[in-house]
Amino acid sequence: MRTLLLNRISIVWVLLILATALSWQFGHGLGFGDAYQYATSAILVITFVKVRFVFLDFMEVRRAPLPLRVAFEAWAVVACGVLIFLYWSGL
Amino acid sequence: MSSTTKLSPAAESHLPGEAGVWMFIIGDMLMFSLLFSVFVYYRADDVALFASSQQALNQTYGLFNTILMLTSSWFVALAIHAQRHQLAHLTTRFLIGAVLCGLGFIVVKVFEYGEKFAADLTIVTNDFFMYYYLLTGIHLLHVVIGIIVLLYLCTVSRGPELSQGDVNMLESGASFWHMVDMLWIVLFALLYLMR
Repeated sequence: MRTLLLNRISIVWVLLILATALSWQFGHGLGFGDAYQYATSAILVITFVKVRFVFLDFMEVRRAPLPLRVAFEAWAVVACGVLIFLYWSGL
Repeated sequence: MSSTTKLSPAAESHLPGEAGVWMFIIGDMLMFSLLFSVFVYYRADDVALFASSQQALNQTYGLFNTILMLTSSWFVALAIHAQRHQLAHLTTRFLIGAVLCGLGFIVVKVFEYGEKFAADLTIVTNDFFMYYYLLTGIHLLHVVIGIIVLLYLCTVSRGPELSQGDVNMLESGASFWHMVDMLWIVLFALLYLMR
């Protein structure tokens, strides 16, 4: 059981929880003070880094055929970019 | 292909589960990416309304549900890992753990919706709440479907020996559940954290 738990999947889960905690802190004023637009941008970037790890390590896209991996990685980058652009356009 | 080659799966590419399920996942992701974009686009039209409405959300519920979804997804990944190491009893236990986290997610959501209804914050209150109920409602439907799939996989994983079809089914269900997790990760940021 111990061997089963001590693997990359578990490390990724810990990192995802820590990234969630970091996003939470950015959402509550950490680091950027009143410049909330930078905090929100950081939250969105962290969100899609988390998404990428879910793709690669939980969904096993890391080992999937290359076109599928490229499609998923591209989706994460494009979705993140579009959301940040739309967010800033409203400021 | 020689047997030596077959013994080194890490070096080979591998698509977990059925190709059809991946097509469905990609379609779902495209639909949600459109919904995410529409939400942020209309938020830009009335930032003050969206920001003030967001204050009515209980962020702790969102955080708790994020931890539940991430943990549930982790259990499912461990279940697949256990199945590949011929540890069928652990596969089933991990899947049950994932189901319990999924049910916990639904319970939290019921409490959250209940609080909103009690405060008279419904889908017709304003644009923010329309998107809030639409996005979380569609996601909740995915969670319910995912839990039914996971319960079915629990019964499959308890079989004495899994066929290739069973393994494909396990991997397909797991991939779907991870997508449900991934969608919540984005929703948490957009609905609860974005300022």
